[in-house]
Amino acid sequence: MTRTVRNLYFAAVAVFLASPIVVVLGVSLNAKKRLFFPPDGVSLRWYADMLTDAAWRGPIENSLIIATVAGLVATSIALPLAYVLWRHRLLYAKILYGLGIAPFMLPPVITAVGFMVFWAALGHYGQFENVVIAHGIFLVTLPLMTISLGLEALDREMLEAARTMGADEKTTFLTVVLPLVRPYIISGYAFTFVLSMNEYIIAYMVAGFTVETLPIKIFNALRYGYSPVMAAVAVMFVMIAILVFGLIGRFGNLPRLLGRWEPMDR
Amino acid sequence: MSTTATEGTTARKWLLSYPTLMLGVFFVGPFGIMLAVSFFQRVESAFYKPAFVFSNYARLFSSLFLDNLAFSLYLGMLVAVISVSVAFPFTYLLSRMRMRTQTIWLVFLLSVLSLSEVIIAFSWSILLSRTAGVSNLLVWLGLMDHPVGLAPGFTAEVLGYCYLTLPYTVLMLYPSMSRLDPELTEAARTLGASPQRAFFNVVIPAMRQPIVASLILVFVFTLGVYLIPQILGNPEHWTLSVLITDQAVYQSNVPFAAALAVFLLLTSLALILLTFVLGARERIHTAS
Repeated sequence: MTRTVRNLYFAAVAVFLASPIVVVLGVSLNAKKRLFFPPDGVSLRWYADMLTDAAWRGPIENSLIIATVAGLVATSIALPLAYVLWRHRLLYAKILYGLGIAPFMLPPVITAVGFMVFWAALGHYGQFENVVIAHGIFLVTLPLMTISLGLEALDREMLEAARTMGADEKTTFLTVVLPLVRPYIISGYAFTFVLSMNEYIIAYMVAGFTVETLPIKIFNALRYGYSPVMAAVAVMFVMIAILVFGLIGRFGNLPRLLGRWEPMDR
Repeated sequence: MSTTATEGTTARKWLLSYPTLMLGVFFVGPFGIMLAVSFFQRVESAFYKPAFVFSNYARLFSSLFLDNLAFSLYLGMLVAVISVSVAFPFTYLLSRMRMRTQTIWLVFLLSVLSLSEVIIAFSWSILLSRTAGVSNLLVWLGLMDHPVGLAPGFTAEVLGYCYLTLPYTVLMLYPSMSRLDPELTEAARTLGASPQRAFFNVVIPAMRQPIVASLILVFVFTLGVYLIPQILGNPEHWTLSVLITDQAVYQSNVPFAAALAVFLLLTSLALILLTFVLGARERIHTAS
């Protein structure tokens, strides 16, 4: 009896979470431009439009470049910081870690206003790199947390062994630490990439009138009414997220990455 | 020994210099300037001029802001309560499933959580629309007479919010739920309690602190939602994030927007710190 209740409960949650995606998928494959139920014929023309129409290609390219570089910015800040904190437990590193975690926990509109006045004060408002840096800083939390998790899982006796055999800190880092935390670095980068692709308000407030990212493009297009290309873009977003997180789930330990504690962790 | 120690210190300094530079310039910088601008004077037809006035903060007592704040708080609390009530039993059951099943669910939840608000709002507006929405399915099944459109409206807005917060809540509860000792419920079962009684009398009391913490954090999360109210709600259902952006971008009143952002910052920080305090207190209780 309990099993049936459980399965029904899970099915209800799954339907709630999947139904908007299913509807959008249906709309994106609809052959007619008008939005109507039931769909009328199947076609991939909206996907072709998305990739060929310059009005959509530009934002797609912007978003891909921003997400790729913002992920690098975030990971490059997070790796040395997480490493020093783990290796030396400095108070100063702890404070920096707190600064890195803070923006992500706060409503993003705060960071958005902050970066807006910052770039305006520097006379550098509306530039492409503003978005990259703002995303890199806002999302630095993600690689910071995943890399710290990875380091915590390392056996400190291994470091001791490396040192006894004469390896200095740099060699130990490159030959022992780095290969073992690499999956966590990649996961952190992947989280940042996906969230940067989807971020709206910060991108909008630091450069929204000059740099059109994909979410900004969708919102702008929505104001002028509905177009099936939006549905195709939405499906693409879902696919990217499922692909990236699916790969992490397949090759990494996703439950652990999300905070599951296992008895062998001790 | 002393040379290696100095070497280590230099290496550490060198390693931390880049994160310090980046976070110092691009995190402390924006927040510091925002704080300063919140005391600046607004200049019509320009941005602002440096000053030290409290008039921007005085406007926090205007009805424009207070009405908006009251609605944001009400919506946030409603959504937090719904999300935690649905997510709590879900996470409990999920954390006891096979690892493979858990991973698949986590991939799904993360994918939904990472979706842009604009995509979520757009999808729900289609799902709840009169022409192509779910009500057509109900009409087709004979459960309804004619299709209805729910978006934009308050129900649509709440549904959109819950769609965003539900995966977030599950992922918040997941770590502490997976650490919950299975022996706790097993002991209750051995003593003759039904699974439901064990859940209500053992699991919920043991998870009191994570429940309160996730209610607070989900509430803070709702304060940041920006596009859903605009696409799925009517103007009277717009929230604080919308007001701040509107003031900053469309009304060009950057000092007032900065004051609002500082207010939101302090409120959120206070709430987040509260969850830490609760967590620390709980640990002391359990230890003694």
